[in-house]
Amino acid sequence: MDKLKTQHIINKDESVILINGLYMSFEDLEVLKGIDFSLYKGENVAVLGRSGSGKSVLIKIIVGLLKPDRGEVVVLNQHIDKLGGKELDALRLRIGFSFQNSALYDSMDVYNNLAFPLTMNVKHLKKNEIRSAVEEVAEAVGLKDKLRQMPSDLSGGQRKRIGIARTLIMKPEIMLYDEPTSGLDPITSAEIIELINEVQQEFNTSSIIITHDLTCAKNTGNRIAILLDGKFLKIGSFKEVFDTSDEEVRGFFNYNFIQ
Amino acid sequence: MKIYSKDKYIFTKGLDEYFSGVYKSYKFILHFFKEVVKKPFHHRELVNQCFEVGLKSLVLISLTGFIVGIVFTKQSRPSLEEFGAASWLPSLIGIALVKAMGPLVTGLICAGKVGSSIGAELGSMRVTEQIEAMEVSAINPFKYLVVTRILATTIMIPILTLYCSCVGLYGSYLNVHSVETSSIVAYYQNAFSTIRFLDIFVSVTKSIVFGFTIGVVGCYKGFNASQGTRGVGKAANQAVVLSMFLIFVEEYVIVQVSNWIQYF
Repeated sequence: MDKLKTQHIINKDESVILINGLYMSFEDLEVLKGIDFSLYKGENVAVLGRSGSGKSVLIKIIVGLLKPDRGEVVVLNQHIDKLGGKELDALRLRIGFSFQNSALYDSMDVYNNLAFPLTMNVKHLKKNEIRSAVEEVAEAVGLKDKLRQMPSDLSGGQRKRIGIARTLIMKPEIMLYDEPTSGLDPITSAEIIELINEVQQEFNTSSIIITHDLTCAKNTGNRIAILLDGKFLKIGSFKEVFDTSDEEVRGFFNYNFIQ
Repeated sequence: MKIYSKDKYIFTKGLDEYFSGVYKSYKFILHFFKEVVKKPFHHRELVNQCFEVGLKSLVLISLTGFIVGIVFTKQSRPSLEEFGAASWLPSLIGIALVKAMGPLVTGLICAGKVGSSIGAELGSMRVTEQIEAMEVSAINPFKYLVVTRILATTIMIPILTLYCSCVGLYGSYLNVHSVETSSIVAYYQNAFSTIRFLDIFVSVTKSIVFGFTIGVVGCYKGFNASQGTRGVGKAANQAVVLSMFLIFVEEYVIVQVSNWIQYF
């Protein structure tokens, strides 16, 4: 896994996501308190933090599902808050979002789950073109033999894989993973971690990985960002973050190890 | 940074929530009318939903309509016979079924079956983030899920209503036939002889309004569901209760308006 990660080229001159002074609150609960952040082209950043620290809120703002109270979010050189319906949709096609619980469509089998974004967004596609695109992404996540199964027949790990494959079918430039290893056993978690790194390599994506899992953060992130109490306390390589003298960050790591 | 304070309500918490709910439903209906004329049109999903609403309710509607026809005939016969007006039975049943019973029975059955199913399905899609998954895939979930379902109920419930009235009349005929031998053609001719164009128009109008109501309430409750699985149950329950209540209110209003039209 580490081998795969180091082989990848990161372009630090080009930011695909740029966030400045981001604030977000729900009623009287302030979740994000001035976030500044850049994701470089080709880079994977793992965001670690406690539950309720605003990690998922952050990526939902990036994809335009939530509107921030204030602050600037620039994704692929476009200000997300200034985009209208069609422009926002066009941008969303360049972003893949993998949900915590996979969010597969219960009423469709795996094939139709994978084909759905393609058939709805690309007009005049022939059946064999759709089939080959579906088979390609199913192959990429190693589940080509599950195409005719219903989501309810799949295991947690398989559902996660199909959720990732569904985003890959549109060939995104940015991937946002929300808790990709939560609720999985260590072996399946390792497989998902490997898949995240393979996606970075093969599809040349830049990714934000939201996680509680230190192993996942260490093995997928080129940089690690610690989000605590609505702010990024530390951003850097795993070693830099792990060796920090900041008490709050150290407290978070110690707590993780004790658990 | 504070946006709202829990202590600040215009009236009371309950009243504020009620008025905000009314406003949100108004916006939801307005959103439907904006989206329904916009491209793309999801024909395949519309046909699929028409199948779900129409064909899958057919057995229930057939049984209910048939039983209503029999029971109504059985109960009306003694009263009419008292006045020596048993020959008016087909006309009475015809008017009652076409004008009132058909739309009302179909509306109530569909509010229970279709309304709850739409509320639960969309509610579970909301709490399992399937609706958000559509949004991030650049698919308009309102257009794909809500517009198609509301159109399907608005189209299919009038058809089911006419079917329910016909099946009810057939049940009524069988009951009449078991007492006194009569031909089905003569029975139907008698039943339809007193039905005017306005009666059919009112019946169809009612069922269109009922269908639209069931679709809107089911979709609104499901689409705005929250609080996990508890929210799904709540959405399904509220979809049934509210649409049934609204059907009775609409029935009353339409009957009043149609009576008023008759005088002019």
